[in-house]
Amino acid sequence: MEAISGLPALLSSSAKVVAVFSGVLVVVAYTTLAERRVSAFIQDRIGPNRVGPFGLLQPIADGIKSILKEETSPAAASRTFFILGPILAMVPAMVTFAVIPFAAPLPTPWGVVDMIIADVPIGILYILAFSSLGVYGIVLGGWASNNKYAFLGALRASAQMVSYEVALGLSLITVLMLAGNVTLTEMVWQQQQLDLWFALPLSLAFLLFVVSSFAETNRLPFDMPEAESELVTGYHTEYSAMKFSMFFIAEYSHMLTASALMATLFLGGWDIPFATWDDAFWYEGVLIRGFGPDGAPLAASPAWWKTLFTFGVFALKTGFFLLFFIWVRWTLPRFRYDQVMQLGWKVMLPTALAYIMVMAASMLILDQVGLPYGFAYGLALTGVSLVCTVLFIFYLDDDRIIKGAGARRAVSNPVPTGGGD
Amino acid sequence: MAITVKTMHRPEPGQTSYLRAAAKGMILTLRHMLSPRTVTQQYPEEQTELSPRWRGTHRMEVHADGRPKCVACGLCPTVCPANCIRLVGGEDDQGNRYPIVFEIDEFRCIFCGMCQEVCPVEAIHLGQHFENAEYTRERFVYDLDRLMEQDHPVTLLWDPSDPAGE
Repeated sequence: MEAISGLPALLSSSAKVVAVFSGVLVVVAYTTLAERRVSAFIQDRIGPNRVGPFGLLQPIADGIKSILKEETSPAAASRTFFILGPILAMVPAMVTFAVIPFAAPLPTPWGVVDMIIADVPIGILYILAFSSLGVYGIVLGGWASNNKYAFLGALRASAQMVSYEVALGLSLITVLMLAGNVTLTEMVWQQQQLDLWFALPLSLAFLLFVVSSFAETNRLPFDMPEAESELVTGYHTEYSAMKFSMFFIAEYSHMLTASALMATLFLGGWDIPFATWDDAFWYEGVLIRGFGPDGAPLAASPAWWKTLFTFGVFALKTGFFLLFFIWVRWTLPRFRYDQVMQLGWKVMLPTALAYIMVMAASMLILDQVGLPYGFAYGLALTGVSLVCTVLFIFYLDDDRIIKGAGARRAVSNPVPTGGGD
Repeated sequence: MAITVKTMHRPEPGQTSYLRAAAKGMILTLRHMLSPRTVTQQYPEEQTELSPRWRGTHRMEVHADGRPKCVACGLCPTVCPANCIRLVGGEDDQGNRYPIVFEIDEFRCIFCGMCQEVCPVEAIHLGQHFENAEYTRERFVYDLDRLMEQDHPVTLLWDPSDPAGE
């Protein structure tokens, strides 16, 4: 079957843009509801259950409320940038979803449609570029508010996001090395070829990526920019109504993109585990599902139910990470600011660098030995990564990195002997 | 007992852990997430069981013929510590005293129950009722008709099995 082209391609692309954009907005809306319900369950409460069955219409009610509320604008705020802030926060968060493949290609009478808005050749670089733009919205919003707390939040946000972007980017380098490409469709394909999701052969990269994603999306335990108990609500202190909602949507769509990215890069994207019938990839203009023993490509047979199934699997994986985001938020307390910086620069960055060295060396050795790219190759890397991860966790734990506040005081404040007990 | 200083021994470096403690916390929250032990009361649908000693909105007892039991003796406005009862007494042609005006300001009332304790004819009572929201402040001054209309159970003021409050 041929890939779709011409006018039908244009129409299908437009349809995909509309579908994905509205899909992202709906998922974001329901993630806010999930956040409230899950946090309620964790705290032995019920959560919003008044609007519609199980509170399912709550996001709509929230939206109507946000639109109808009064827009306040502080007198001393810089008006242009005050309005620009939430827009700049929201747009990059929305745009990043364009390069994430969300299902197997769909056959139509006019040709096969890829289930991705834009399969750009720069894939991951596009995501990194746009997600780093998100910090501008936060900084501009916080600075233009002309409010001390908002400004502090913005400062923290910029420092934190810039610091963790380094670790995020470096943890991805091993993925790029293993996949040999930066497009996300190819990464899904490589994971199908390897018969192993990258979470196993690159477990430490996965760990570093998850931690950096939390920092990049400003979620607890890294919610320095908001820090309700310290900075009112940080950078969006002065925002109200729809402008506040836009910051909110931006945060949740960042979360959604990060979840989808984690699922795609490390959990095989839309790949169905332990099955090869769903595999599909454009190889020299032909849709293939793998290579035969003689190296000849085997043609894939796309079907609408395969697309549906793979989309379901992708949604499941993404949903798991969304739930994980929420779960972590309602468990862990916020780090201290110096701990965040320490973790970012003194732990994540060197670890990511060292891990790149180790993985590059192991891949080079495996290539020299002549092990073909496949399950055994992945298994060997899994072993190396496992050792790295265990070492990292052993080093990170045991009070070497994140010290409690009391640890230093105990030394400077010796206990007098002879006192009662 | 001699006063002693309890010294809290802070953990030494190397004794604490972040990751293990975090994992423990994650398991705890997961357990609650999967089986929440909810104690929330769905208020308008689920009503709280009020104690028999609950002191809430007043009500005036009425005779079988619909007259208030109040004899306008003036004891309740006298004893009221919040000064929220306004009483103007009158006398009918048979010499029976009755209240011409009997108003209780539910905003000023502190629900101490002394009016009920002091009433010689057991006319004024506090009730086991608390839902008295209104749109204006004036509506919180309950007049005689409104007090007689109330039909919630009256308070016991004290537990019959434990009259001394022990």
